[in-house]
Amino acid sequence: MAQRTRETSVAQAAPARKSLTRRIWRAIPKGIRMPLGIIAAVIAFTWIVLCFIGPYITPYDPLAQNLPRFTEPGELAWLGTDELGRDVFSRIIAGAQVTIALALLLVVLSMCVGSLLGVIAGFFGGWVDETIMRITDLVLAFPTVILAMVTAAAMGASLFNAVVAALIVSWPPYARVVRSMVLSLRGGDFVASGRLLGFSPMRSIRQDILPNVAGPTLVMASLDIGTAALLLSGLSFLGLGAKPPTPEWGSMVSSAVQHFDKWWLGVFPGLAILTVVISFHFLGDALRDGLDPGAERV
Amino acid sequence: MPEQIAEPPALSPTGGQGRRSHAALLRYIGKRLVIACILLVGMTIVTFSLTNLVPGDPVAAALGQRAADDPAIVARFRAEYGLDKPLLEQYWAYLVRLSHFDLGTSWQTHNAVAADLAKAVPATMEIALSAIVCAALVGLTFGMWSAYRRGKVTDQVLRLVSLVGISVPTFWMAIVCFYIFYYRLGIAPGSGRLTPGLSPPPHVTGMYTFDALLAGDLRTFVDAAAHLALPTMVLTLYTIGLLTRFSRTSFLEVLDQGYIQAAKAKGLPGRKVFFKYVLRAAAIPILTVVGLAFGSLLSGTVLVESIFGWPGLGSYAYNAASKLDLLAVMGVGLFVGLVYLMINLAVDLAYGFIDPRVRVG
Repeated sequence: MAQRTRETSVAQAAPARKSLTRRIWRAIPKGIRMPLGIIAAVIAFTWIVLCFIGPYITPYDPLAQNLPRFTEPGELAWLGTDELGRDVFSRIIAGAQVTIALALLLVVLSMCVGSLLGVIAGFFGGWVDETIMRITDLVLAFPTVILAMVTAAAMGASLFNAVVAALIVSWPPYARVVRSMVLSLRGGDFVASGRLLGFSPMRSIRQDILPNVAGPTLVMASLDIGTAALLLSGLSFLGLGAKPPTPEWGSMVSSAVQHFDKWWLGVFPGLAILTVVISFHFLGDALRDGLDPGAERV
Repeated sequence: MPEQIAEPPALSPTGGQGRRSHAALLRYIGKRLVIACILLVGMTIVTFSLTNLVPGDPVAAALGQRAADDPAIVARFRAEYGLDKPLLEQYWAYLVRLSHFDLGTSWQTHNAVAADLAKAVPATMEIALSAIVCAALVGLTFGMWSAYRRGKVTDQVLRLVSLVGISVPTFWMAIVCFYIFYYRLGIAPGSGRLTPGLSPPPHVTGMYTFDALLAGDLRTFVDAAAHLALPTMVLTLYTIGLLTRFSRTSFLEVLDQGYIQAAKAKGLPGRKVFFKYVLRAAAIPILTVVGLAFGSLLSGTVLVESIFGWPGLGSYAYNAASKLDLLAVMGVGLFVGLVYLMINLAVDLAYGFIDPRVRVG
């Protein structure tokens, strides 16, 4: 970590010959510098806003079944109505709150749990490290969706359980990455001198380790938001997440499977998922490239 | 989930010569096998505890709420499935049953889960294998191309394509493709593995395209391949995105190495540098990547198969999950977990053969 910081500062000092405008241009995160990046930012921002105000601005009640069934997209209902006469557009808008809020919650939770365990494992080492890392290996030994599906099925179908199941499969990558960062930091002189000054382990972690771990972990989390949304909507698609009346995108797509000819039932909620996932992925990429120019990792 | 690719361990002074290297390889293989066994046991503990310890009420799920309210029925059910014994005893019984491939009985199909799986697996393998081959061919090429053209327009376009690839919900993509190619354009055959009326080829591998070829039945082969095309395409598109992203990174890492630049600077022809140096060094991360991709592809089938009416693991898991048929879901989980474990083991072992440094580490 310390090494990388040094490298970056050297890299920044080197191209001093470049013009000022070019330097300002360079300061904008790389991925957002192009039109697509701006589109992604706008889409992500719109969805986050809808996540808060969505339920108040829907043209119809997302749960009311009072429209003609299977209306094609048109003036009455912009994106058509479903098999129970509910407005698809209203349901999508209202669904933003479910999917995005839960995806964000999931990412924050898995980041906290994973980093905490990673810090503990890396800092204390020994059998604590062994135990935590073996559990991590075990969870990573299953494909994500399968383990989430199995866990959610065991706990019973509900949104809460879907989030818990997703959390169980999502924390290990954080634990691994944070642990390896802590391991390399622990040997650093500044940590050692803190310990020699009599810092308690807690203080050493809080003051010397965490600030150095936070940046990369946040970048990782931002890249994870899209994946989390995909995982949660996938679980709902399997019938292991949102219960029927809840407007959730994955379950809306799933109910469209029964009505192939009514294309608007499945296409629009799926597009909602796609735009959310892609814009967050894009922003995550941009954030990583911007903060950590050396590492264009996946 | 992005996996951190481990730093190669430092070269040891032995240089890996002769019998010593042989012993090191054996030791490495042994170590990997032991780790795999430990993971396997851990896996059974996970599935066991999920089946038995989780608050969800399997009785209510299996019998319905009304039956679950009747204590006599519940007691009989619990006795029948051994739910009334101490935990360790239950776990031991579970292991003994597993060793006989007894995964319990599906509450939904009333068949043994293992028998259901045996029927479903070849269908899934057919999709998964064809998808991973297509995806590896295209994805690795894209990744390599993108890495070589770093920062250029090609790179930007390919990065965008792969980003879209990993962002599309597979289940949605399946519905859209089915609607367009089957319902609208009519160029893809409907759901299922064969056109109704056509009898499946004699069972050898259970994969219809293979079996039809083995039997020399061209008509069945064409029909089976046509049915296979659409689900394979959907899974391939998803996996291409993943493979492109991962392999781009691996190639970039290799291309940044000093010895590659030295080889180029010395004036070696590009093709020689690529085949002799780049491809060799990138082989290991690429192996990992393809292994990981196969795992996510198996997960993908769960979300995709049911849409195409493809009677594989995925459809089975989908039906089981939506009806909360726990034992069947666990069966799929264990099986896929096992396959994933074996792939990772195979990848690890392949490392040992490709890269002598890994053995010594």
